[in-house]
Amino acid sequence: MTEPMVPISTVPTVERAGLWRRLIGRPVASISLAVLAIWVLLAVLSPWITPYSPDATSLDATNAAPNAVNWLGGDRSGRDILSRLIAGAGDALESTLIATAVAIAIGVTAGLVAGYYGRAIDSIASWVANILIALPGVIILIALYAAVGSSTRIAMVALGVLLAPNFFRLTRGLVIGVRNELYVDAARVSGLGDARIIGRHVLSAVRAPVIVQAAFAAGVAISLQAGLAFLGLSENNKASWGAMLQEGFANLYIAPLQIVWPGLALGIVVSALVLLGNALRDTLEGARPRPRRRGESGRLRRVIDPAEEGDDALLTLSGLSVAYPTRKGTTTVVDDVSLEVRRGEIVGLVGESGSGKTQTAFSVLGLLPEEAIVTSGVLTFRTRRPRSGTVRLLGRSVAYIPQEPMSNLDPTFTIGAQLMYGIRAATGRSRAQARREALALLERVGIPDPARTFASYPHQISGGMAQRVLIAGAVASDPELLIADEPTTALDVTVQAEILALLHGLQKERDMGVLLVTHNFGVVADLCDRVVVMRQGRVVETGTTIDVFQRPRAEYTKELLGAILDVDVVRERVDSEEGRVAAAESSAAGTKGAGSR
Amino acid sequence: MSVLDIHGLKVAYGHGRRRAEVVHGVTLSVAEGETLGLVGESGSGKTTIGRAVLGLVAPSEGTVRAAGHEVTAGMRTAARRALARDVQVVFQDPYTSLNPALTVADTLAEPLVAQGRGRAEARAAVAELLARVRLPADAGRRYPREFSGGQRQRVAIARALALRPKLIVCDEPVSALDLSTQAVILDLLIDIQQSTGVGYLFISHDLTVVRHISHRVAVMHRGAIVESGPTRRITEHPDHPYTRRLLLASPLPDPVAQAERRSEWERVRATTSTGTLLEF
Amino acid sequence: MIAFILRRLAAGVVLVLVVTALTFFLVYAGGNDIAFRILGDGATPEAAAELAQRLGLDRPVPVQYWDWLTGAVSGDFGQSFFGPEQVGATLAIRIPVTLSLVAVSIVLTAVLGIVLGVSSARRGGTLDRATQVVSVVGFALPSYWIALVLVLTVALPFPRLFPATGYVAPDVSTTGWVLSIALPSIALTIGGVATIAQQVRGSMVDTLRLDYIRTLRSRGIPERAIVYRHALRNSAGPALTVLSLQFIGMLGGAIIIERVFALPGIGTLAATASLRGDIPVVMGVVAFAVFVVVVVNLLADITQGLLNPKVRVGS
Repeated sequence: MTEPMVPISTVPTVERAGLWRRLIGRPVASISLAVLAIWVLLAVLSPWITPYSPDATSLDATNAAPNAVNWLGGDRSGRDILSRLIAGAGDALESTLIATAVAIAIGVTAGLVAGYYGRAIDSIASWVANILIALPGVIILIALYAAVGSSTRIAMVALGVLLAPNFFRLTRGLVIGVRNELYVDAARVSGLGDARIIGRHVLSAVRAPVIVQAAFAAGVAISLQAGLAFLGLSENNKASWGAMLQEGFANLYIAPLQIVWPGLALGIVVSALVLLGNALRDTLEGARPRPRRRGESGRLRRVIDPAEEGDDALLTLSGLSVAYPTRKGTTTVVDDVSLEVRRGEIVGLVGESGSGKTQTAFSVLGLLPEEAIVTSGVLTFRTRRPRSGTVRLLGRSVAYIPQEPMSNLDPTFTIGAQLMYGIRAATGRSRAQARREALALLERVGIPDPARTFASYPHQISGGMAQRVLIAGAVASDPELLIADEPTTALDVTVQAEILALLHGLQKERDMGVLLVTHNFGVVADLCDRVVVMRQGRVVETGTTIDVFQRPRAEYTKELLGAILDVDVVRERVDSEEGRVAAAESSAAGTKGAGSR
Repeated sequence: MSVLDIHGLKVAYGHGRRRAEVVHGVTLSVAEGETLGLVGESGSGKTTIGRAVLGLVAPSEGTVRAAGHEVTAGMRTAARRALARDVQVVFQDPYTSLNPALTVADTLAEPLVAQGRGRAEARAAVAELLARVRLPADAGRRYPREFSGGQRQRVAIARALALRPKLIVCDEPVSALDLSTQAVILDLLIDIQQSTGVGYLFISHDLTVVRHISHRVAVMHRGAIVESGPTRRITEHPDHPYTRRLLLASPLPDPVAQAERRSEWERVRATTSTGTLLEF
Repeated sequence: MIAFILRRLAAGVVLVLVVTALTFFLVYAGGNDIAFRILGDGATPEAAAELAQRLGLDRPVPVQYWDWLTGAVSGDFGQSFFGPEQVGATLAIRIPVTLSLVAVSIVLTAVLGIVLGVSSARRGGTLDRATQVVSVVGFALPSYWIALVLVLTVALPFPRLFPATGYVAPDVSTTGWVLSIALPSIALTIGGVATIAQQVRGSMVDTLRLDYIRTLRSRGIPERAIVYRHALRNSAGPALTVLSLQFIGMLGGAIIIERVFALPGIGTLAATASLRGDIPVVMGVVAFAVFVVVVVNLLADITQGLLNPKVRVGS
C-alpha cells in the first residue's frame, strides 16, 4: 500500500475562474468525475435500488453463475452479488467520507495553526505528525480491532487520524511559504489581523492542493478499509467490497468470477479518484516540465576556423534569430542580431529586461533551454588552438561566468572537487596536477586562504568568494573568449568593484576577448572597450564606449542614457530659500527621459 | 516635528549559541516631509531597521517611535491598526509584494478594509489612488501578472498611500526595476512627498538613487551607522573611510569620469592595509 | 554529524516507546472485558475475573506495560492467551518470512524505480509517457489488489511454475524460495516502482533545469557525467525520503498479501490473533513493526545526512 504524496511546492497563481472549465477539458478528469458521480449516486440510492436485500439468502443462488435472476451471480451463502455490490458502494462511500473528513479537519487545521504561528506549536505538532506518519496503518488498525472490536466507523476515524499528517504537512508547508511572502507582510502593515490574513491570503493558496490531496486520501481510505475487510477484520455480514473480496477469494477455485466483481468495483473507483487527483494537480500547476531531447533546432550553426596571422577577429555572430513556442505560435526574442568580439577587447552587451541580451549570450554558448528554436544565424570562431578532430569550444576556448554565484555551484561537492573536475574535463591533467592548478587559480582570483576554500562546500563561503570561484573555474581552461552574464549584478557594490578589477586583470593577462552582458552603464563605462546596445531583440547601436556615451546616435540609446539618474542632481533640504530653489531645479532636471509608464 | 524617532535600537536573531546581533544600537530620526536615505550593503542591517519600524521584527533593546506610536513586534491588533494609519511600506519586489490571486482593486482596498471602511468608500478611494499614481482607471479589475514591474510598483505605492500615512518605509523600491523606470518611479515618489508632506525612510544600496531623493543620508555598515548628514556632503565629501570606499566603488556612467574614479579607487585600495580590509 | 546521529537515535527510541505505550494502553485498557472475550459468550463473571487474575490483567495498566517492556527488551514478549507458545518464539519463526518479502520488494523497487526514473528523465518520449501511465495505475491500485489479479491471471493458469500458496525458506531451496515470493514481491513492487520512478523522474527533470547544471555544461563536462555524477546525487535525497515512506507502506501491504498467498509471515499471524483477541501476539507484532520502521528511518536519515553537506560538516 502506498501512502499518497502530493509534491506541490509553489503557491498556485492560476486564475480561479477558468480552473473548472480547464479541468473538464481533460478527458481523464471528466471520465473520472463521471465514474465517481455514478458511484456516489449508486451509494446514496443503494437502500432503494438493490434488486434484492443484500442479506437475503436463497438456496438456488448459492455460487450461481451470472443469470437472469442474479445478474452477477450469487455468492457462497446464496446472496445476490449485484445487490451486495451496490450496498458495498454505499459502505465504501460512508467509510471514505468519514476518514477523509477527519483527516482534513485535523490535518488542515493543525497545519494552518502550526504554519502560521510557528515555534512551540509547530514543533509539537510536527513531532506528533512525524510519529503518525511513521506508523504502518494496517498494523495499527489491526491492533485497534483487537482492542475495540469490529466497528467500521471507529476504524475509519482512526484511519482519518493516521491520514491527517499528510494534510498537516501539506498545509503547513503552504502556509509557511505564504507567510514569508511580502504581500502578507504588507497586509500586516495595513493593520489586517491574523485571522483575516489567514482567511484572505492563506486559505486561497491552500484550498486547491488540499482538494488534490483529499482525492488521493480518499483512494487510500477505500483501499485500506477493503484490505482490512479482506483480512476478516470488519463488521460481520455487512456488505462491503472488501468482505466480498474475502469471500470470493475463499471460493477462488470454485467460482473465480465471484472475486472479479468487487475487484473491478474497487479498482475502478480507486483509479478514478487517483486519476482525478492527478488531473487536478496538473491543471493547477500547469504541466510539469517535460524532458525533451536537445534537438538541432536549439543550436546555432558554427564555423570554426584557425586564426589568421595579424587578424585579431575572434567571434563573429551574424543574423542570429531565436524564438520560443507559445500557446498561440512563437515569439521572437532575438531578431537578426550581429556582433563581433575581437581578441583582447571587452565588448559590453547592454539592454533592459526583455532586450534579448542574455538570450544572445546563451546562443553563442550553445546553452539555450530546450524549448528554444534558433531560426537563423551563423557563428564564426577563429581559434589559435591546434585543430585535432572536432574542436569543442565550450569549456575550452569559450568559457562562461554566470550571474548568481550561489546557485551556480553544485551544493554536494567541495569547491576543490568541482574545480578539479572541470580542469580535468577540459585539459585531461592528472589529479595531482589538477589540484595544484586549482589551488593556484584560487589564489590568483584573490581568495585569501585557498586551501581552506578548496576543502569547503558552497554553503560555507560568501557570495563574493563564490563568484571568484566561478571565475577561477571559467579561466581554468585558458579560454580565448569569455562570456560573462551580469557577473556582478548579484553582488554588493564594493565587492563588484573588486570583481570588475579582477576580470580586467585576467583579461589583460591572458589576452582574452570578453562579451560582457549587463544592464548597468556604470559597469560598461568602467570595463568595456566597445558597446552593443540591444532593445527588444534587436541591435540598435554599436560603437566604442566613448562614442556611444558621448555621441549616441540611436533614439533609444539617447533615451536610456537620459534615464540614468543624473549624478549632478541632489535633493536639498526644503526649508531654506536656497534649498527650495535647488529643490525646484533638481526636480525639474530629474523629470527627463521617458514619458509616463 | 519628527515622524520617526529611533533610539539605541538593537536587533538580534536566533537563540542561545546561535544568537547574532544584526543591528548594534542605531539612533536616527526623520522629520515631517523629509526623506532620510539609509544606505548600506548586504548585512548592514538597513532592511532590519525598516522591518523594525514596521513592527515586523522585534527590537531586543532600544525604542522605535513612529508618528507618536510606540512600535514593538507583539502589538495588539487595535494598536497595529492605529499604527497602520500613520506608517506604511513599499517593498522592493514588485512581483511578490502583491498577492497574485487578488485583483489590483482588492489589493488597494485592503488597508481600507482593515480599518473597517465600507465598500462604497473603498471603491471610490481605489479610483482616486489609481489616478494619483497615474494608472488607468480600469487597472483595478486586472491581476498583477498583467502589469510590468514599474506598474506593479505604482500599485504598491498606491496601496501605501491609501490611509494617508505620515511615514512610508521604502525598502529598495526601485532596485528591481529597469533603468528607464527607476527615474520615473523616483520622481513619482518625490512628487507625492511634495504634495502630501509624507516622510520617507528610504532604504537602498545605491548611492546615486539615494542622492536623488534624500534630504539626509545615513550610511550603515555591519549593523551600525558610520556616518550621517546632509546628502550633498555625505555623497560628495564623506569623512568615514567606509563611505569613501562605497562612493569610489560605485561606477559612473561616463567613461572618462569613471576612469578617474577607478584610479582613485586603486590608489585608496593600495594604501589601505590588509588589516582594515573589510568584507569580501 | 555525530550530534545529528545521536539526535535521530534518541528520536527513534522515543518513537518506539510512545507507540508501544499508546498501543498497549489501547488494547489492555479492557481488563476484565479481555478475559470475557477469550472465554466466549457463555462465560460467567467469576470465571472471567479468575482468568483475568491468572493472566495478570487486573493489575494497573502502567505496571503491566512496564513488565511487558522490560521483558520485550530481552526478547520475552509473553505468552499467547490461547496456547502455550511463547510470543517471542512465534515471532522469530514468522518475521524472516515477512522480512524477506519486504526486503526483496524494496530493493527491486529502488533499483527499478531509479533506473526507470533516470531513463525517463533523460530520454523523454514514449518511454516517459509509458512510465507515467504505468505509474498512475500502479500507484492507484492497492498492492493486494494487484496480488489478487496476479493470482487469477498467473498462478491459477500456471500452478506448477508459480505457486499460489506456500513459502519455501531460502536455506531449504533457493529456487523454491524465489518462486514462492516472486508473485508476492511483484505485487508489492509494482506500486512502489511507479511512485519511485515518478519521484526520481520529477526530481531529475527539476534538477537538470537548475543553474549549476548549465554552468557545468559550460565547462565542457560531458552530459553523462552531469546526469549521473551531479544530477542524480542531488536528486537522491527526496528519492530516499519517498523510499522510506514506501517501506512503511509495503510493510502494511505485505500483511495483506501474505493472506493472498498463504505465506506464514506475521501478517497472517496478526490477523488471526486480532480476530481472536490474542493480545500479547498483537502487541508483539506492533512492537516488531515499529522497531523495523524506526531502524529503516534511522538508516535513511543517516544516509540523507551523509549526502547533505550542510548536515555532514555543519554550517
